[in-house]
Amino acid sequence: MHIINREIEGKSAGYWALLCGLGILVLIGLYAAYNMEHHGHVITGMNNQIVWGLPHVFAVFLVVAASGALNVASVAGVFGKKAYKPLAPLSALLAIALLAGGLAVLMLDLGRADRAIITAWEVNPTSVFSWNVVLYSGFFGFTAAYLWTMLDKTAKPLYLFAGYGAFIWRLILTTGTGLIFGFLVARQAYGTALLAPKFIVFSLLYGTAIYVLVLMAAYGWGQRALGDEVLRRLKNMLQIFIAASFYMTFVYHLTNLYFAKEWDFERFILADGGLYTTLFWVGQVVLGYVVPFILMAAPATRSNRAVIAVSAILIILGALAQMYVTIIGGQAFPLELFPGFSESSSFFDGEIHAYTPSHWEWMLGIGGVGIALALVVFAVKVLRILPESLADEVADPHVKK
Amino acid sequence: MNNFEQYRRRFLGGALATAGAAVMPGLVLVEVAHSRAPDEPVSSKNRWGLLIDTTKCATGCNECVTACSKENGWTQKEVYSPQDPQWIRKVELTHNSTGAKHSLPVMCQHCEEPPCVDVCPTGASFKRDDGIVLVDRHICIGCRYCMMACPYKARSLVHEDLNDTQLARMPRGKGCVESCTLCMHKIDAGDNTTACAEACPEHAILFGDLNDAGSEIAQRLAGHASREIRADLGLNTGVRYTGI
Ligand code: SF4
Ligand code: SF4
Repeated sequence: MHIINREIEGKSAGYWALLCGLGILVLIGLYAAYNMEHHGHVITGMNNQIVWGLPHVFAVFLVVAASGALNVASVAGVFGKKAYKPLAPLSALLAIALLAGGLAVLMLDLGRADRAIITAWEVNPTSVFSWNVVLYSGFFGFTAAYLWTMLDKTAKPLYLFAGYGAFIWRLILTTGTGLIFGFLVARQAYGTALLAPKFIVFSLLYGTAIYVLVLMAAYGWGQRALGDEVLRRLKNMLQIFIAASFYMTFVYHLTNLYFAKEWDFERFILADGGLYTTLFWVGQVVLGYVVPFILMAAPATRSNRAVIAVSAILIILGALAQMYVTIIGGQAFPLELFPGFSESSSFFDGEIHAYTPSHWEWMLGIGGVGIALALVVFAVKVLRILPESLADEVADPHVKK
Repeated sequence: MNNFEQYRRRFLGGALATAGAAVMPGLVLVEVAHSRAPDEPVSSKNRWGLLIDTTKCATGCNECVTACSKENGWTQKEVYSPQDPQWIRKVELTHNSTGAKHSLPVMCQHCEEPPCVDVCPTGASFKRDDGIVLVDRHICIGCRYCMMACPYKARSLVHEDLNDTQLARMPRGKGCVESCTLCMHKIDAGDNTTACAEACPEHAILFGDLNDAGSEIAQRLAGHASREIRADLGLNTGVRYTGI
C-alpha cells in the first residue's frame, strides 16, 4: 500500500491548547532568561565553584538527544531499512527541534547572552566550543536538507547525499559535545576521550526515547493508526541502546577506577556523594536502565503500549539524572591542587561544593523543552511530516500477522 | 601618559640604571637590557612571573589578598559567598601523612600553555606576548568554559552589578569572567612589581622576568628546587613555589 504523508488538521481545541501550553513554557523560559540577564547570575544557584548548573543539564541533554533523534531517519536512509522510511521525516524534524531548544538554553544562560553573536566572527580554532558552533550550524543544514529531500519528490536525487551527510555529521556533532567535557583535562570527572563514544551511545537512547513518546502522542491525539509492529521495532531499538549505555557507563567507571586511578572521585559518585550517588544508582541505573529494560523484555508487559510509553519516560528521567551527575557531580568534587595534602581556603578549596538550582534555572531549562516541542507541534501542522496511517499493513506490508 | 611623564620615567630609569650599573656591574646590566620601558611594546622578550617562598608565607596573613583587592577594585570579605569573585586566595595545606602545614597564595598561574585560552570560543581569554593571561571584557560572552578548564580555579564570574566599586584602571563587568592580571597596569607603567609582591611583609612573593637569566627570580629558580602546581599537566606556569 502506498504511504501518504499529510499535515495534521490542527483545528481542534486540543491542538491549540497544546500549542498554547507549550507557548507558555517558552515564555516562562524567556522570562527567566530576562531576569538572569538583568540581575546577573546572582539569582541562580550557580557560583564560582559550580559554574555550569541546571540549564546546562537541560541544554546538553537536548543537544545530545537531538543527534539521537535522527537515528530513525538514518536507519531508513543510510542503512536502507524500508520499514523505517515512513518514520523518517518526524525523526529529522525532532532532531532539528531538540537542537534548537538545547542551543537556546545554552545561549540564554551566557553571562552576556546579548553578545552570543560574537561567537560567529571571533572564532578561536583551538576551542571545542567554537567547533561546536560550526557543528550545530552544519547539523541544522544537513538535517533540514535531508528533511526536504524526504518531503519534496523533486529533490529525490539529493536524498542519499543529504542522508549520509546528516548521519556522519551527527556522529561528529555528538563527538564534539562529548569533547566539551573530554578536553577538561584538569578535572577528575572529565578529561577522557571516552566521553565522546559515551555521549554517542547515550544520544541514541535519549533521542529514540523522545521519538517514541512524540510518535505515540502524535498518533494517539491525532487519531491516526499506529501499528504494533512499528512500536515493536522501536522498542527493540530502545532495549539495545539501554544495554549499550549500561555497558559504556560500566566501562567509563572501570576506566576511572583501574586505569586513571581516580579512586576518590569514583568513591564520591558511586558510594558517598549523597545526592549524586542516589541520582546515579536510583536515577540513571535503576530507573533509566534496569526498570525500562525489564518492562520491555518481560513477556507479561512487553507488548503493552502504555508500558512502552512509561519506559520511554523513565529513560528520559534517567537521562536527566545522568546529565546532572556528569555535569554537576563532576564539578562538585573539588579540584586537587596538591595531591597528598588536605586543602582549605576562602575559595572553598578542598570542599565538596554545594549547589541548589534556583527556580529561574528550572524555568530556563523547561523553556528549552518548550521550544523544542512547540516547534514539532507547529511543524506537523504545516509540513507533511506524518504518514496518514502507520498501521502495520501500511507501514510494513511484509509483516506476518 | 603625557610626553613629560614618559620622558621623566625614561630619564629616571636611565639614571637608576647607570647608578646600579656602577654598583653591581654584571647582574644589573643584564636586567636593564630586559626590563621593559613604558613606551616599549609588549613582547616575548619578557616572561613575567612570580616565585612564592612558602617557608616565609604565614598562616592567617592575608596582606597579599588585601593589596590585590585594593589595587584591582574587587571586594575583600571576612566570609565570602560562593558567588563572590576572588582573584587571589590563601590556601592552607596539611600533609595527609606527616601533618606538615603550609600556607600559600594561589592566583592565576599565567600558564604558558593556558587551557583557559584554548577553550575560549571567542578569543576573549588570551595570552599576551609577555606571558600574562587576561580576559578581554569586550568580547567575553560569559560562557564560563575557561572556568571549567582552569586547573587552579583561578577565575571568577561577576555574578551581579558592581555598583561602581570598580576602578578606572581595571574595568570589570557583570556577566564577564575575570582573574589576576599580574598587575599588568603596573608592569606597563614600568613599576616592575605587583601589588601582592609589594605588600607581603615577609617578602615571600618575588616578581620578575623568567626570561632574563640575570634577574633575581631566574637566578633563584636556577639555584633552588621549586615546583609548579599540577606540574603533571605540563602547562609551564609563570607562578612557581618553593618550600613545598
Ligand atoms: S591559571 Fe587558569 S586562568 Fe590562569 S592562565 Fe592558567 S588556566 Fe588560565
Ligand atoms: S567566559 Fe569569557 S573568557 Fe571565559 S571562555 Fe567564555 S568567553 Fe572566553
